[in-house]
Amino acid sequence: MGLESIYQGALMEHNSYPTCKYPLDEATHVHEGVNPSCGDDIVLSLIVEDGVIVEAAFQGSGCAISQASADIMAELVTDKTVEEAEALAETFLAMIRGEELTEEQKASLGEAAELEGISRMPARVKCAQLGWRTLKQIIDEGEDAGSGNSDFEALDGEDPAQAAAEAAAVRAAGIE
Amino acid sequence: MTKITKEEALDIAANPFKQDFPLLVNESELAFLDSAATAQRPRVALDAQRTFYETMNSNPLRGLYRLSVAATQAIDDARRDVARFIGVEDSDEIVFTRNASESLNLLALSYAPSILEPGDEVVISIMEHHSNLIPWQQACARTGATLVFLRPDSEGVITEEEMDAKIGPKTKIVSCTHVSNVLGVRNPIEQLTQKAHAQGALMFVDGAQSMPHIPVDVRALGCDALAFSGHKVFGPMGVGVLWAKRELLESMDPLYTGGEMIDNVTEATATWAPIPMKFETGTQDAAGIAGLGAAIRYVEDLGLDVLEAREAALTAECVRRLSELDYIDIIGPTDPAAHIGVVSFNVRGIHPHDVSSIMDTANVAIRAGHHCAQPLLAWMDVENGSCCRASLAFYNDESDIDRLVDAVKLVWRIFHGA
Repeated sequence: MGLESIYQGALMEHNSYPTCKYPLDEATHVHEGVNPSCGDDIVLSLIVEDGVIVEAAFQGSGCAISQASADIMAELVTDKTVEEAEALAETFLAMIRGEELTEEQKASLGEAAELEGISRMPARVKCAQLGWRTLKQIIDEGEDAGSGNSDFEALDGEDPAQAAAEAAAVRAAGIE
Repeated sequence: MTKITKEEALDIAANPFKQDFPLLVNESELAFLDSAATAQRPRVALDAQRTFYETMNSNPLRGLYRLSVAATQAIDDARRDVARFIGVEDSDEIVFTRNASESLNLLALSYAPSILEPGDEVVISIMEHHSNLIPWQQACARTGATLVFLRPDSEGVITEEEMDAKIGPKTKIVSCTHVSNVLGVRNPIEQLTQKAHAQGALMFVDGAQSMPHIPVDVRALGCDALAFSGHKVFGPMGVGVLWAKRELLESMDPLYTGGEMIDNVTEATATWAPIPMKFETGTQDAAGIAGLGAAIRYVEDLGLDVLEAREAALTAECVRRLSELDYIDIIGPTDPAAHIGVVSFNVRGIHPHDVSSIMDTANVAIRAGHHCAQPLLAWMDVENGSCCRASLAFYNDESDIDRLVDAVKLVWRIFHGA
Protein backbone atom coordinates (compact mmCIF):
# COMPACT_ATOMS: atom_id res chain seq x y z
CA MET A 1 0.00 0.00 0.00
CA GLY A 2 1.52 3.32 -1.01
CA LEU A 3 1.26 6.49 0.98
CA GLU A 4 -1.25 8.02 -1.38
CA SER A 5 -3.75 5.26 -0.76
CA ILE A 6 -4.19 6.35 2.85
CA TYR A 7 -6.13 9.38 1.67
CA GLN A 8 -9.03 7.43 0.25
CA GLY A 9 -11.77 4.99 1.26
CA ALA A 10 -12.66 4.84 4.94
CA LEU A 11 -10.32 7.66 5.94
CA MET A 12 -11.76 10.20 3.52
CA GLU A 13 -15.31 8.98 4.13
CA HIS A 14 -15.07 9.30 7.92
CA ASN A 15 -13.25 12.62 7.67
CA SER A 16 -15.89 14.16 5.41
CA TYR A 17 -18.95 12.43 6.88
CA PRO A 18 -18.22 11.42 10.46
CA THR A 19 -20.86 9.26 12.10
CA CYS A 20 -19.80 9.71 15.72
CA LYS A 21 -18.69 13.36 15.86
CA TYR A 22 -21.24 15.07 18.07
CA PRO A 23 -21.67 16.16 21.69
CA LEU A 24 -22.80 13.41 24.06
CA ASP A 25 -24.27 15.16 27.07
CA GLU A 26 -25.28 12.02 28.96
CA ALA A 27 -21.76 10.58 28.84
CA THR A 28 -20.60 8.50 31.79
CA HIS A 29 -16.94 8.83 30.80
CA VAL A 30 -15.19 11.79 29.13
CA HIS A 31 -11.51 12.20 28.29
CA GLU A 32 -9.57 14.71 26.21
CA GLY A 33 -6.71 13.56 24.03
CA VAL A 34 -4.18 15.98 22.57
CA ASN A 35 -1.18 15.80 20.27
CA PRO A 36 0.61 18.98 21.36
CA SER A 37 3.00 19.18 18.42
CA CYS A 38 0.21 18.74 15.83
CA GLY A 39 -2.66 20.58 17.45
CA ASP A 40 -4.85 17.48 17.12
CA ASP A 41 -7.39 17.65 19.90
CA ILE A 42 -10.34 15.40 20.63
CA VAL A 43 -12.75 14.88 23.50
CA LEU A 44 -14.03 11.33 23.62
CA SER A 45 -17.32 10.64 25.40
CA LEU A 46 -18.74 7.23 26.27
CA ILE A 47 -21.97 5.97 27.73
CA VAL A 48 -21.13 2.71 29.50
CA GLU A 49 -23.95 0.56 30.86
CA ASP A 50 -23.36 -2.81 32.51
CA GLY A 51 -19.84 -3.00 31.09
CA VAL A 52 -21.01 -2.28 27.55
CA ILE A 53 -20.22 0.87 25.58
CA VAL A 54 -23.71 1.67 24.37
CA GLU A 55 -22.68 4.94 22.75
CA ALA A 56 -19.35 6.51 21.78
CA ALA A 57 -18.93 9.97 20.34
CA PHE A 58 -16.21 12.57 20.04
CA GLN A 59 -15.67 16.20 19.23
CA GLY A 60 -12.48 17.83 18.13
CA SER A 61 -10.29 19.33 15.51
CA GLY A 62 -7.15 18.30 13.74
CA CYS A 63 -5.89 16.53 10.66
CA ALA A 64 -7.95 14.12 8.58
CA ILE A 65 -6.06 11.13 9.95
CA SER A 66 -6.71 11.99 13.61
CA GLN A 67 -10.37 12.84 13.08
CA ALA A 68 -11.21 9.92 10.78
CA SER A 69 -9.34 7.42 12.95
CA ALA A 70 -11.26 8.62 16.04
CA ASP A 71 -14.56 8.35 14.17
CA ILE A 72 -13.77 4.83 12.95
CA MET A 73 -12.81 3.87 16.50
CA ALA A 74 -15.98 5.31 18.04
CA GLU A 75 -18.15 3.49 15.53
CA LEU A 76 -16.27 0.21 16.04
CA VAL A 77 -16.45 0.15 19.85
CA THR A 78 -20.13 1.03 20.04
CA ASP A 79 -22.05 -1.95 21.48
CA LYS A 80 -18.77 -3.67 22.47
CA THR A 81 -17.93 -4.56 26.05
CA VAL A 82 -15.20 -2.52 27.70
CA GLU A 83 -12.88 -5.55 27.53
CA GLU A 84 -13.59 -6.03 23.81
CA ALA A 85 -12.98 -2.34 23.17
CA GLU A 86 -9.68 -2.46 25.02
CA ALA A 87 -8.58 -5.49 23.01
CA LEU A 88 -9.49 -3.70 19.77
CA ALA A 89 -7.54 -0.63 20.83
CA GLU A 90 -4.51 -2.78 21.59
CA THR A 91 -4.83 -4.53 18.23
CA PHE A 92 -5.06 -1.21 16.39
CA LEU A 93 -2.13 0.32 18.25
CA ALA A 94 -0.06 -2.79 17.50
CA MET A 95 -0.92 -2.48 13.81
CA ILE A 96 0.14 1.19 13.80
CA ARG A 97 3.39 0.22 15.54
CA GLY A 98 4.02 -1.95 12.49
CA GLU A 99 3.36 -5.31 14.13
CA GLU A 100 2.01 -8.12 11.94
CA LEU A 101 -1.65 -8.93 12.63
CA THR A 102 -3.42 -12.24 12.12
CA GLU A 103 -6.23 -12.32 9.55
CA GLU A 104 -8.65 -12.66 12.44
CA GLN A 105 -7.26 -9.56 14.16
CA LYS A 106 -7.41 -7.60 10.92
CA ALA A 107 -11.02 -8.65 10.42
CA SER A 108 -11.87 -7.55 13.97
CA LEU A 109 -10.72 -4.00 13.16
CA GLY A 110 -13.11 -3.64 10.23
CA GLU A 111 -12.51 -0.35 8.38
CA ALA A 112 -9.75 0.57 10.81
CA ALA A 113 -7.56 -2.04 9.13
CA GLU A 114 -7.43 0.30 6.11
CA LEU A 115 -5.20 2.60 8.17
CA GLU A 116 -2.38 0.05 8.29
CA GLY A 117 -0.27 2.09 5.85
CA ILE A 118 0.11 4.82 8.48
CA SER A 119 2.53 2.50 10.27
CA ARG A 120 4.93 3.45 7.47
CA MET A 121 4.36 7.20 7.98
CA PRO A 122 6.29 7.86 11.21
CA ALA A 123 5.33 11.53 11.28
CA ARG A 124 1.63 10.63 11.29
CA VAL A 125 1.52 7.68 13.66
CA LYS A 126 0.51 9.86 16.60
CA CYS A 127 -2.43 11.27 14.60
CA ALA A 128 -3.82 7.81 13.89
CA GLN A 129 -3.31 6.72 17.50
CA LEU A 130 -5.01 9.68 19.18
CA GLY A 131 -8.60 8.39 19.42
CA TRP A 132 -7.54 4.87 20.35
CA ARG A 133 -5.03 6.05 22.93
CA THR A 134 -7.72 8.26 24.47
CA LEU A 135 -10.08 5.26 24.63
CA LYS A 136 -7.40 3.22 26.37
CA GLN A 137 -6.79 6.05 28.83
CA ILE A 138 -10.46 6.09 29.79
CA ILE A 139 -10.42 2.34 30.30
CA ASP A 140 -7.03 2.24 32.10
CA GLU A 141 -7.97 5.08 34.43
CA GLY A 142 -11.21 3.33 35.18
CA GLU A 143 -9.31 0.22 36.25
CA ASP A 144 -6.55 2.07 38.14
CA ALA A 145 -8.99 4.16 40.11
CA GLY A 146 -10.79 1.00 41.20
CA SER A 147 -7.77 0.14 43.45
CA GLY A 148 -7.65 -3.49 42.39
CA ASN A 149 -11.30 -3.64 41.57
CA SER A 150 -11.56 -3.82 37.81
CA ASP A 151 -15.31 -3.32 37.84
CA PHE A 152 -15.45 -0.47 35.31
CA GLU A 153 -19.07 0.23 36.06
CA ALA A 154 -18.40 0.92 39.72
CA LEU A 155 -16.53 4.10 38.80
CA ASP A 156 -17.79 7.59 38.43
CA GLY A 157 -17.33 9.30 35.12
CA GLU A 158 -14.35 11.60 34.91
CA ASP A 159 -15.01 15.27 35.42
CA PRO A 160 -14.85 16.80 31.93
CA ALA A 161 -13.53 20.12 33.29
CA GLN A 162 -10.70 18.33 35.06
CA ALA A 163 -9.88 16.36 31.93
CA ALA A 164 -9.70 19.56 29.93
CA ALA A 165 -7.43 21.18 32.53
CA GLU A 166 -5.10 18.17 32.47
CA ALA A 167 -5.00 18.27 28.69
CA ALA A 168 -4.17 21.98 28.78
CA ALA A 169 -1.26 21.21 31.09
CA VAL A 170 -0.03 18.57 28.63
CA ARG A 171 -0.24 21.13 25.83
CA ALA A 172 1.63 23.75 27.83
CA ALA A 173 4.41 21.25 28.55
CA GLY A 174 4.64 20.26 24.92
CA ILE A 175 6.01 23.47 23.43
CA GLU A 176 8.71 22.61 20.95
CA MET B 1 30.68 26.47 -9.52
CA THR B 2 29.13 28.59 -12.23
CA LYS B 3 29.37 32.34 -11.82
CA ILE B 4 26.51 34.16 -13.46
CA THR B 5 25.30 37.73 -13.74
CA LYS B 6 22.29 39.15 -11.96
CA GLU B 7 20.34 39.19 -15.23
CA GLU B 8 21.10 35.51 -15.82
CA ALA B 9 20.14 34.71 -12.23
CA LEU B 10 16.71 36.21 -12.82
CA ASP B 11 16.01 33.49 -15.38
CA ILE B 12 14.32 31.25 -12.85
CA ALA B 13 13.62 28.56 -15.45
CA ALA B 14 17.37 27.92 -15.62
CA ASN B 15 19.29 26.42 -12.72
CA PRO B 16 23.07 26.68 -12.87
CA PHE B 17 23.39 26.11 -9.09
CA LYS B 18 21.82 22.71 -8.52
CA GLN B 19 24.93 20.85 -9.68
CA ASP B 20 26.89 22.36 -6.76
CA PHE B 21 24.63 20.65 -4.20
CA PRO B 22 25.20 16.88 -3.93
CA LEU B 23 21.87 16.20 -2.21
CA LEU B 24 19.94 17.94 -4.97
CA VAL B 25 21.89 15.95 -7.55
CA ASN B 26 21.19 12.69 -5.69
CA GLU B 27 17.51 13.63 -5.25
CA SER B 28 16.95 14.96 -8.73
CA GLU B 29 13.17 14.30 -8.56
CA LEU B 30 12.72 16.13 -5.27
CA ALA B 31 11.31 19.65 -5.05
CA PHE B 32 13.06 20.78 -1.86
CA LEU B 33 11.09 23.72 -0.46
CA ASP B 34 12.16 23.64 3.17
CA SER B 35 15.36 25.66 3.17
CA ALA B 36 14.08 27.87 5.99
CA ALA B 37 14.30 24.81 8.25
CA THR B 38 17.71 23.85 6.99
CA ALA B 39 19.46 24.66 3.73
CA GLN B 40 21.27 22.20 1.51
CA ARG B 41 25.06 22.39 1.50
CA PRO B 42 27.30 22.96 -1.49
CA ARG B 43 30.00 20.40 -2.26
CA VAL B 44 32.72 22.87 -1.22
CA ALA B 45 31.35 23.01 2.33
CA LEU B 46 31.23 19.21 2.59
CA ASP B 47 34.73 18.98 1.10
CA ALA B 48 36.07 21.45 3.65
CA GLN B 49 34.79 19.28 6.51
CA ARG B 50 36.32 16.19 4.98
CA THR B 51 39.60 17.98 4.25
CA PHE B 52 39.82 19.03 7.88
CA TYR B 53 39.55 15.46 9.10
CA GLU B 54 41.79 14.05 6.38
CA THR B 55 44.62 16.57 6.46
CA MET B 56 44.68 18.48 9.76
CA ASN B 57 42.66 16.54 12.30
CA SER B 58 44.00 17.36 15.75
CA ASN B 59 42.75 19.34 18.71
CA PRO B 60 42.96 23.03 17.86
CA LEU B 61 44.32 25.75 20.15
CA ARG B 62 46.43 23.76 22.57
CA GLY B 63 48.71 21.58 20.46
CA LEU B 64 52.15 22.89 19.61
CA TYR B 65 52.74 20.67 16.60
CA ARG B 66 52.10 21.21 12.90
CA LEU B 67 48.63 19.66 12.61
CA SER B 68 47.27 21.48 15.62
CA VAL B 69 48.57 24.75 14.27
CA ALA B 70 46.79 24.03 10.96
CA ALA B 71 43.56 23.14 12.81
CA THR B 72 43.78 26.36 14.80
CA GLN B 73 44.39 28.28 11.59
CA ALA B 74 41.27 26.69 10.02
CA ILE B 75 39.12 28.07 12.85
CA ASP B 76 40.76 31.49 12.69
CA ASP B 77 40.26 31.66 8.92
CA ALA B 78 36.59 30.76 9.24
CA ARG B 79 36.18 33.35 11.99
CA ARG B 80 37.49 35.98 9.60
CA ASP B 81 35.15 34.69 6.86
CA VAL B 82 32.18 35.14 9.19
CA ALA B 83 33.34 38.59 10.31
CA ARG B 84 33.73 39.78 6.72
CA PHE B 85 30.35 38.25 5.80
CA ILE B 86 28.48 40.40 8.32
CA GLY B 87 30.60 43.54 8.04
CA VAL B 88 32.70 43.17 11.19
CA GLU B 89 36.37 44.19 11.27
CA ASP B 90 37.34 42.66 14.61
CA SER B 91 36.98 38.90 14.22
CA ASP B 92 37.41 38.45 17.99
CA GLU B 93 33.80 39.60 18.18
CA ILE B 94 32.69 36.38 16.46
CA VAL B 95 31.77 33.62 18.92
CA PHE B 96 31.13 30.13 17.56
CA THR B 97 28.18 28.36 19.16
CA ARG B 98 26.09 25.36 18.13
CA ASN B 99 23.29 27.33 16.49
CA ALA B 100 21.27 30.55 16.67
CA SER B 101 19.28 29.18 19.61
CA GLU B 102 22.43 28.77 21.65
CA SER B 103 23.68 32.23 20.62
CA LEU B 104 20.44 33.84 21.80
CA ASN B 105 20.46 31.81 25.00
CA LEU B 106 23.98 33.04 25.69
CA LEU B 107 22.69 36.62 25.62
CA ALA B 108 19.60 35.81 27.66
CA LEU B 109 21.43 33.71 30.26
CA SER B 110 24.63 35.72 30.58
CA TYR B 111 23.85 39.33 29.74
CA ALA B 112 20.16 39.67 30.68
CA PRO B 113 20.42 38.69 34.37
CA SER B 114 23.29 41.14 34.86
CA ILE B 115 21.10 44.13 33.99
CA LEU B 116 17.41 43.19 34.34
CA GLU B 117 15.55 44.25 37.47
CA PRO B 118 11.90 44.07 38.43
CA GLY B 119 9.97 46.67 36.46
CA ASP B 120 12.35 46.59 33.50
CA GLU B 121 11.06 45.57 30.10
CA VAL B 122 12.38 43.33 27.35
CA VAL B 123 10.79 44.00 23.97
CA ILE B 124 10.51 41.30 21.30
CA SER B 125 8.05 40.83 18.46
CA ILE B 126 5.13 38.40 18.34
CA MET B 127 6.69 36.88 15.22
CA GLU B 128 9.77 35.51 16.99
CA HIS B 129 10.83 31.93 16.50
CA HIS B 130 10.66 30.20 19.90
CA SER B 131 14.48 30.53 19.92
CA ASN B 132 14.20 34.29 20.35
CA LEU B 133 11.13 34.13 22.56
CA ILE B 134 11.53 31.52 25.27
CA PRO B 135 15.03 32.68 26.38
CA TRP B 136 13.62 36.19 27.03
CA GLN B 137 10.38 34.88 28.51
CA GLN B 138 12.44 32.85 30.98
CA ALA B 139 14.94 35.66 31.64
CA CYS B 140 12.01 37.93 32.51
CA ALA B 141 10.45 35.28 34.73
CA ARG B 142 13.73 34.90 36.63
CA THR B 143 14.41 38.63 37.08
CA GLY B 144 10.93 40.08 37.50
CA ALA B 145 11.18 42.01 34.25
CA THR B 146 8.24 42.20 31.85
CA LEU B 147 8.19 40.77 28.33
CA VAL B 148 6.57 43.16 25.85
CA PHE B 149 5.50 42.17 22.34
CA LEU B 150 5.70 44.31 19.21
CA ARG B 151 2.74 43.37 17.01
CA PRO B 152 2.71 43.95 13.26
CA ASP B 153 -0.17 45.34 11.22
CA SER B 154 -2.14 43.17 8.79
CA GLU B 155 0.67 43.41 6.22
CA GLY B 156 3.23 42.23 8.75
CA VAL B 157 4.73 45.67 9.28
CA ILE B 158 5.89 46.83 12.71
CA THR B 159 4.95 50.50 12.46
CA GLU B 160 6.72 53.43 14.08
CA GLU B 161 3.62 54.02 16.24
CA GLU B 162 3.89 50.44 17.51
CA MET B 163 7.61 50.91 18.28
CA ASP B 164 6.91 54.14 20.19
CA ALA B 165 4.09 52.46 22.11
CA LYS B 166 6.26 49.54 23.21
CA ILE B 167 9.84 50.82 23.45
CA GLY B 168 10.19 53.28 26.31
CA PRO B 169 12.25 54.27 29.35
CA LYS B 170 11.72 50.88 31.02
CA THR B 171 13.10 49.03 27.99
CA LYS B 172 16.51 47.46 28.63
CA ILE B 173 16.70 45.00 25.74
CA VAL B 174 15.05 44.85 22.33
CA SER B 175 15.52 41.54 20.51
CA CYS B 176 13.85 41.03 17.17
CA THR B 177 14.04 38.67 14.25
CA HIS B 178 15.38 40.25 11.07
CA VAL B 179 13.13 38.13 8.83
CA SER B 180 10.11 36.20 10.11
CA ASN B 181 10.28 32.45 9.54
CA VAL B 182 6.49 32.36 9.11
CA LEU B 183 5.43 35.67 7.54
CA GLY B 184 8.60 36.14 5.51
CA VAL B 185 8.62 39.88 6.25
CA ARG B 186 11.80 41.86 6.83
CA ASN B 187 11.59 43.87 10.03
CA PRO B 188 12.85 47.48 10.27
CA ILE B 189 15.92 46.65 12.36
CA GLU B 190 17.68 49.98 11.73
CA GLN B 191 14.69 51.90 13.03
CA LEU B 192 14.19 49.56 15.98
CA THR B 193 17.87 49.99 16.84
CA GLN B 194 17.50 53.78 16.87
CA LYS B 195 14.45 53.53 19.13
CA ALA B 196 16.21 51.09 21.46
CA HIS B 197 19.40 53.13 21.69
CA ALA B 198 17.41 56.32 22.28
CA GLN B 199 16.10 54.66 25.45
CA GLY B 200 19.53 53.35 26.46
CA ALA B 201 18.54 49.79 25.60
CA LEU B 202 20.59 47.29 23.61
CA MET B 203 19.39 45.88 20.27
CA PHE B 204 19.82 42.19 19.47
CA VAL B 205 18.93 40.61 16.14
CA ASP B 206 17.97 37.05 15.27
CA GLY B 207 19.47 36.72 11.79
CA ALA B 208 18.64 33.03 11.29
CA GLN B 209 16.21 33.74 8.44
CA SER B 210 17.80 36.84 6.92
CA MET B 211 21.41 35.70 6.62
CA PRO B 212 20.66 33.07 3.92
CA HIS B 213 18.78 35.53 1.71
CA ILE B 214 19.93 39.12 2.02
CA PRO B 215 23.27 40.82 2.64
CA VAL B 216 23.50 41.57 6.36
CA ASP B 217 25.88 44.29 7.54
CA VAL B 218 25.75 44.79 11.29
CA ARG B 219 27.33 48.25 10.96
CA ALA B 220 24.44 49.34 8.73
CA LEU B 221 21.90 47.75 11.08
CA GLY B 222 23.55 49.47 14.03
CA CYS B 223 22.62 46.62 16.37
CA ASP B 224 24.63 45.37 19.36
CA ALA B 225 24.46 41.63 18.68
CA LEU B 226 23.41 39.25 15.92
CA ALA B 227 22.77 35.51 16.10
CA PHE B 228 22.54 33.03 13.25
CA SER B 229 22.82 29.35 12.43
CA GLY B 230 25.46 27.93 10.10
CA HIS B 231 23.15 25.25 8.73
CA LYS B 232 20.74 27.82 7.34
CA VAL B 233 23.51 29.62 5.46
CA PHE B 234 24.56 26.45 3.59
CA GLY B 235 27.08 25.35 6.21
CA PRO B 236 27.05 22.18 8.33
CA MET B 237 24.62 21.53 11.18
CA GLY B 238 25.99 22.10 14.66
CA VAL B 239 27.76 25.42 14.13
CA GLY B 240 26.21 28.76 14.94
CA VAL B 241 27.44 32.30 15.42
CA LEU B 242 27.00 35.04 17.96
CA TRP B 243 28.41 38.38 16.99
CA ALA B 244 28.35 41.09 19.63
CA LYS B 245 30.25 44.31 20.16
CA ARG B 246 33.54 43.82 22.00
CA GLU B 247 32.45 45.81 25.09
CA LEU B 248 29.33 43.73 25.41
CA LEU B 249 31.15 40.39 25.09
CA GLU B 250 33.82 41.51 27.51
CA SER B 251 31.18 42.51 30.07
CA MET B 252 29.50 39.10 29.89
CA ASP B 253 30.33 36.07 32.01
CA PRO B 254 30.89 32.77 30.24
CA LEU B 255 27.94 30.39 30.28
CA TYR B 256 30.02 27.22 30.39
CA THR B 257 33.37 26.76 32.06
CA GLY B 258 36.03 24.14 31.53
CA GLY B 259 38.57 23.44 28.84
CA GLU B 260 39.93 25.91 26.32
CA MET B 261 38.18 28.95 27.84
CA ILE B 262 40.52 29.82 30.72
CA ASP B 263 43.48 32.03 31.30
CA ASN B 264 44.75 30.69 34.63
CA VAL B 265 43.34 28.13 37.04
CA THR B 266 44.20 27.47 40.67
CA GLU B 267 42.57 25.15 43.18
CA ALA B 268 40.18 27.89 44.21
CA THR B 269 39.92 30.32 41.33
CA ALA B 270 39.92 30.67 37.58
CA THR B 271 40.29 33.55 35.18
CA TRP B 272 38.89 33.62 31.70
CA ALA B 273 40.57 33.75 28.34
CA PRO B 274 39.95 36.87 26.26
CA ILE B 275 36.96 36.96 23.87
CA PRO B 276 35.93 34.98 21.93
CA MET B 277 37.67 32.04 23.60
CA LYS B 278 36.00 32.54 26.98
CA PHE B 279 32.66 31.57 25.42
CA GLU B 280 33.97 28.61 23.40
CA THR B 281 34.25 25.96 26.07
CA GLY B 282 35.69 22.56 25.21
CA THR B 283 36.72 21.29 21.81
CA GLN B 284 34.79 23.03 19.06
CA ASP B 285 33.40 21.46 15.89
CA ALA B 286 36.45 22.63 13.99
CA ALA B 287 35.53 20.71 10.82
CA GLY B 288 32.04 22.19 10.90
CA ILE B 289 33.47 25.66 11.43
CA ALA B 290 35.77 25.13 8.43
CA GLY B 291 32.70 23.97 6.46
CA LEU B 292 30.84 27.13 7.42
CA GLY B 293 33.77 29.24 6.24
CA ALA B 294 33.75 27.43 2.90
CA ALA B 295 29.98 27.89 2.53
CA ILE B 296 30.31 31.61 3.17
CA ARG B 297 33.11 31.93 0.58
CA TYR B 298 30.92 30.02 -1.88
CA VAL B 299 27.98 32.44 -1.62
CA GLU B 300 30.32 35.44 -1.59
CA ASP B 301 31.93 34.20 -4.80
CA LEU B 302 28.53 33.83 -6.46
CA GLY B 303 27.62 37.32 -5.28
CA LEU B 304 25.07 38.01 -2.58
CA ASP B 305 23.34 40.56 -4.80
CA VAL B 306 22.97 37.92 -7.53
CA LEU B 307 21.53 35.36 -5.12
CA GLU B 308 19.25 37.92 -3.47
CA ALA B 309 17.81 38.95 -6.85
CA ARG B 310 17.16 35.34 -7.86
CA GLU B 311 15.50 34.44 -4.56
CA ALA B 312 13.32 37.53 -4.69
CA ALA B 313 12.15 36.54 -8.18
CA LEU B 314 11.53 32.93 -7.12
CA THR B 315 9.68 33.84 -3.92
CA ALA B 316 7.48 36.45 -5.58
CA GLU B 317 6.61 33.96 -8.33
CA CYS B 318 5.73 31.37 -5.70
CA VAL B 319 3.40 33.81 -3.91
CA ARG B 320 1.77 34.83 -7.19
CA ARG B 321 1.21 31.27 -8.37
CA LEU B 322 -0.29 30.11 -5.07
CA SER B 323 -2.45 33.23 -4.85
CA GLU B 324 -4.06 32.31 -8.17
CA LEU B 325 -5.74 29.33 -6.49
CA ASP B 326 -8.89 30.54 -4.74
CA TYR B 327 -8.68 27.88 -2.03
CA ILE B 328 -5.23 29.00 -0.90
CA ASP B 329 -4.88 31.50 1.93
CA ILE B 330 -1.47 33.15 2.00
CA ILE B 331 -0.32 33.86 5.55
CA GLY B 332 1.71 37.04 5.54
CA PRO B 333 1.89 40.13 3.36
CA THR B 334 -0.25 40.34 0.22
CA ASP B 335 2.68 42.00 -1.59
CA PRO B 336 4.71 39.14 -3.15
CA ALA B 337 7.87 41.26 -2.94
CA ALA B 338 7.53 41.51 0.85
CA HIS B 339 8.23 37.77 1.29
CA ILE B 340 11.91 37.01 1.91
CA GLY B 341 12.33 33.36 0.91
CA VAL B 342 9.27 32.24 2.89
CA VAL B 343 5.71 31.59 1.68
CA SER B 344 3.30 30.34 4.36
CA PHE B 345 -0.18 29.27 3.37
CA ASN B 346 -3.11 27.08 4.15
CA VAL B 347 -5.20 24.99 1.81
CA ARG B 348 -8.64 26.02 3.05
CA GLY B 349 -10.23 23.49 5.38
CA ILE B 350 -7.40 20.95 5.06
CA HIS B 351 -5.00 20.39 7.92
CA PRO B 352 -1.38 21.31 7.03
CA HIS B 353 -0.14 17.89 8.09
CA ASP B 354 -2.46 16.25 5.57
CA VAL B 355 -1.27 18.72 2.94
CA SER B 356 2.40 17.98 3.55
CA SER B 357 1.88 14.20 3.74
CA ILE B 358 0.13 14.21 0.38
CA MET B 359 2.75 16.54 -1.10
CA ASP B 360 5.43 14.13 0.09
CA THR B 361 3.87 11.45 -2.12
CA ALA B 362 4.42 13.87 -5.01
CA ASN B 363 8.05 14.34 -3.89
CA VAL B 364 7.51 17.92 -2.79
CA ALA B 365 9.12 18.70 0.58
CA ILE B 366 7.48 21.51 2.55
CA ARG B 367 7.16 22.20 6.26
CA ALA B 368 3.83 22.02 8.07
CA GLY B 369 3.03 22.84 11.66
CA HIS B 370 3.52 25.73 14.04
CA HIS B 371 7.04 26.51 12.77
CA CYS B 372 8.26 27.10 16.33
CA ALA B 373 6.09 30.22 16.38
CA GLN B 374 3.05 29.11 18.39
CA PRO B 375 2.32 32.54 19.92
CA LEU B 376 2.27 34.15 16.46
CA LEU B 377 -0.16 31.61 14.98
CA ALA B 378 -2.34 31.79 18.10
CA TRP B 379 -2.38 35.60 17.96
CA MET B 380 -3.26 35.53 14.25
CA ASP B 381 -5.94 32.93 15.05
CA VAL B 382 -4.72 30.63 12.27
CA GLU B 383 -6.90 27.52 12.10
CA ASN B 384 -5.38 24.57 14.03
CA GLY B 385 -2.53 26.91 15.05
CA SER B 386 -0.59 25.60 12.14
CA CYS B 387 0.16 26.24 8.49
CA CYS B 388 2.12 25.04 5.49
CA ARG B 389 5.35 26.74 4.52
CA ALA B 390 7.27 26.61 1.27
CA SER B 391 10.68 28.22 1.58
CA LEU B 392 13.11 28.86 -1.22
CA ALA B 393 16.79 29.29 -1.87
CA PHE B 394 18.75 30.27 -4.95
CA TYR B 395 19.22 26.59 -5.87
CA ASN B 396 15.48 26.28 -6.50
CA ASP B 397 14.01 27.01 -9.90
CA GLU B 398 10.66 27.49 -11.61
CA SER B 399 10.08 23.74 -11.91
CA ASP B 400 10.02 23.47 -8.10
CA ILE B 401 7.22 26.05 -8.01
CA ASP B 402 5.37 24.18 -10.79
CA ARG B 403 5.68 21.00 -8.73
CA LEU B 404 4.43 22.80 -5.61
CA VAL B 405 1.38 24.16 -7.41
CA ASP B 406 0.63 20.75 -8.97
CA ALA B 407 0.92 19.15 -5.53
CA VAL B 408 -1.48 21.70 -4.00
CA LYS B 409 -3.97 20.89 -6.75
CA LEU B 410 -3.52 17.17 -6.03
CA VAL B 411 -4.31 17.80 -2.34
CA TRP B 412 -7.48 19.68 -3.29
CA ARG B 413 -8.57 16.94 -5.71
CA ILE B 414 -8.07 14.23 -3.08
CA PHE B 415 -10.27 16.08 -0.60
CA HIS B 416 -12.82 17.58 -2.96
CA GLY B 417 -12.72 15.58 -6.19
CA ALA B 418 -11.64 16.97 -9.56
